[in-house]
Amino acid sequence: MSGIRPLPALVVLALAALLVAVPALGLPAFYVSFLYVACNWVSLATSWAMLSGYAGYWSFGHAAFFGVGVYAAGTLAAKLGVPFLLTIPAAAALSALLGAAVGFVVFRVKRLRGELFALMTISVTAVVATIISNTPIDGGSGVYLIGVALPELFGSQNGTIYLLGLGMAVIAMASSYAVAHSRLGLGLFAIHDDEDVAEVKGVPTFRYKLAAFALSAAIAGAVGAVYSIYVSYVTVSETFEITVTMYPVVMTILGGARNWAGPALGAVIVTSALYGLASGPQAYLGRGAIAIGLVLVILLLPQGVLTSIVNLWHRRHPRRIVVPSRVAPAIATPPRSGPAAVALDCRGVTKAFGGIQALKGVTLAVNAGEILGLVGPNGSGKSTLINVITGHYPIDRGSIAFEGARIDALPAHRVAALGIARSYQIPRPFNHLSVLDNVALAARFGTAHQPGGEAAAEAMHWLDYTGLAAKAADLPQQLNLHERKFLELARALAARPRLLLLDEVMSGLNPGEIDAALRLVRDIRDGGTTIVFVEHLMRAVVALSDRVAVLNEGALIALGTPQETMRDAEVVSVYLGKAHVA
Amino acid sequence: MPSATLLTQSLITGVLAGALYGLLALGLSLSWGLLRLVNIGHFAMALLGAYLTWYLGSALGIPPYVSGPVIVAAFFLYGVALHWVFMRFRVAEMASMLITFSIAVFLESVIQALWTADFRRYETAWASSSVVVGPFFVPTLNLAAAIMASVLAVLTWAWLRWTYVGKALRAGAEDAPIAAAFGINHRRLSYILSGVCAAYAGVAGVFIALIATLAPSEIWTWVGVVFAVVIIGRLGNPLGALAGGVLIGACEATTMAVADPAWAPLVSFSVLIALLLFKPRWI
Repeated sequence: MSGIRPLPALVVLALAALLVAVPALGLPAFYVSFLYVACNWVSLATSWAMLSGYAGYWSFGHAAFFGVGVYAAGTLAAKLGVPFLLTIPAAAALSALLGAAVGFVVFRVKRLRGELFALMTISVTAVVATIISNTPIDGGSGVYLIGVALPELFGSQNGTIYLLGLGMAVIAMASSYAVAHSRLGLGLFAIHDDEDVAEVKGVPTFRYKLAAFALSAAIAGAVGAVYSIYVSYVTVSETFEITVTMYPVVMTILGGARNWAGPALGAVIVTSALYGLASGPQAYLGRGAIAIGLVLVILLLPQGVLTSIVNLWHRRHPRRIVVPSRVAPAIATPPRSGPAAVALDCRGVTKAFGGIQALKGVTLAVNAGEILGLVGPNGSGKSTLINVITGHYPIDRGSIAFEGARIDALPAHRVAALGIARSYQIPRPFNHLSVLDNVALAARFGTAHQPGGEAAAEAMHWLDYTGLAAKAADLPQQLNLHERKFLELARALAARPRLLLLDEVMSGLNPGEIDAALRLVRDIRDGGTTIVFVEHLMRAVVALSDRVAVLNEGALIALGTPQETMRDAEVVSVYLGKAHVA
Repeated sequence: MPSATLLTQSLITGVLAGALYGLLALGLSLSWGLLRLVNIGHFAMALLGAYLTWYLGSALGIPPYVSGPVIVAAFFLYGVALHWVFMRFRVAEMASMLITFSIAVFLESVIQALWTADFRRYETAWASSSVVVGPFFVPTLNLAAAIMASVLAVLTWAWLRWTYVGKALRAGAEDAPIAAAFGINHRRLSYILSGVCAAYAGVAGVFIALIATLAPSEIWTWVGVVFAVVIIGRLGNPLGALAGGVLIGACEATTMAVADPAWAPLVSFSVLIALLLFKPRWI
């Protein structure tokens, strides 16, 4: 294996040297210009994909950030006499600021996230264009950068512009690579698949989206600054043209949105096609052809060219996962403020959805180290209680404290970081992440906040523990229901919670699997984790619970040992009807 | 500060223009709210309808009251076909946006190829006629467009509110599998709704041809404003779409009267951003 490695590295190095040396080769200006334009689109597409490809928030407003960069450089260099190279970081900063501001407004809306974001970004483009053309920034007549001085490398201004463009492309791709292989990237991929679950697993979704958006906008702004000197005469209609918004989207979808190199590949393909097909006055025909091409690609190859190739490669050469030698301890991380007798303290918790009272003042204390069974008929509020404890829904009244500290006003990712994890009744894995990554994400964002390598080792440990080690490289769709339930459990455990909320992990399992699950839950408690579990299966409730809490129509109607609660007259009447009350 | 008469006159103009926004927003709001498909191509279809009306009228002498119904019927079929593609390939919300965006770009180049990028104006006898109310002038065609927008909004609202089809559509939008379990054939109904939405684009197109000057790039000038209207009026709510349109139209006209007309595009976004900042749960 190691014998093949150096070759691609050599090829890449040679290609890089060639690209840098282009201005010195004495090529006709046309080719240098083409290469610059290709670099320009590579940077724009790559920067667009950092938020839109990774996290799935499609921006139709990349032209706005690009345009802010164009006009920032134009104004600073041509009107205020700032040296051109200094205008590039200024343009980047201004665009990043705009991106962060837009994100701050839009990302707060929870429903309609993606679509609203897309539409708002269309609007931002129109707003920015209107402001620029109506104010002295442009004044309706455009800005000339003809006289702006530029340091000359390789003896020509063209060569310098090309090298700046190449530099931008390298920066964009390097940033995208770094993001894709970082905590931020993992969080963004999870947001793409299921934002609610990502937040509950500890991903600070709001902050991550904002960061990705600002970075994406900053690069677009810097690219715009370089573009302004390339065209040397900037106008509103050309800067904010619909194609500037559209091409990065097309290129990314074509190349592959979730691969850091996908957008660049798409950009090279589309730019080459455009130069071949649609230059000159017939450009609109090329636009039309590209639009039709895009429709076909989305319908037939939704993952993009590069991703499809990579998948094909992996089908022939299956990924091998090396089982780490270090086995993580099956103990929960110790609490920060010493052991508390009461782990979770809910007081008068009330939650209504519209006119439906899901929880009517539930007061319930869970002792540290106990297993509490939470039962009740369907619709009694069990899942809602779990959802408000983990911070997924805000509560209307009452308070929830964990180890003595109020958590009811915290966002879900902060609750997760404090040491509360949950499993979902219907498994909700991140569908585009491997089984291993699904679990590693929980380890990276859970209580322990482990770095990448350790998180993978810890994830492997829990996969082993739940019997899924052989499936680590698979995608969640390849698992059956039983395995997906255990994946849920492994994900919850990898966060190393001190309080674990299990939502019907046993339902749908056969008797043998239930026995295995019972042993597993006891083991977890013996490791020091407090457990609240929702269950309909009475055999499991009686076998496991230290105490049982019974909910009915959003109110707690009984709390005690399994034997006591099962004999409680009200509980019997709720479950079996009044006639059966002895 | 302009006089009260001038301000009222511009408010009348604004409300009428806003009703046209409402008419455009109607089809979008329904497909987004009830079919979960975001149709950016709606604007391109409306403009195509406008160009067809203009071309049939000025080149072939077919009056809009004849060409209009034909265009609307053809657009209905287009809507059904589009929905077939969406169903066939199981297109999700975001992908629907990108596909219809591409359709819009494609139609823009088709329009440009057929009729060039020059401005086109459909001259009719009614173009300059107005209803005079006291000191105010109400342009006849704009008034007709506003009446049509109101009638369609109210009829659509009643259709969704009281008929079986309407209730079934709303149930399907809420929870498709459960609606199916109760015997609702959401697929068939969604074809009808998609057709209706496209037909509304046709209706809007006929009036755009009568009222406005046409250019291929006009497609993009509406996108932001009308989507703002859709969101302000709440998704899937026909009366809300109309009310949102009138509100935005009135605000724009007031802005144009007291400030520079070039600033008008900012109005709808300011209203929308204010709404998102202070009432994020409205959405």
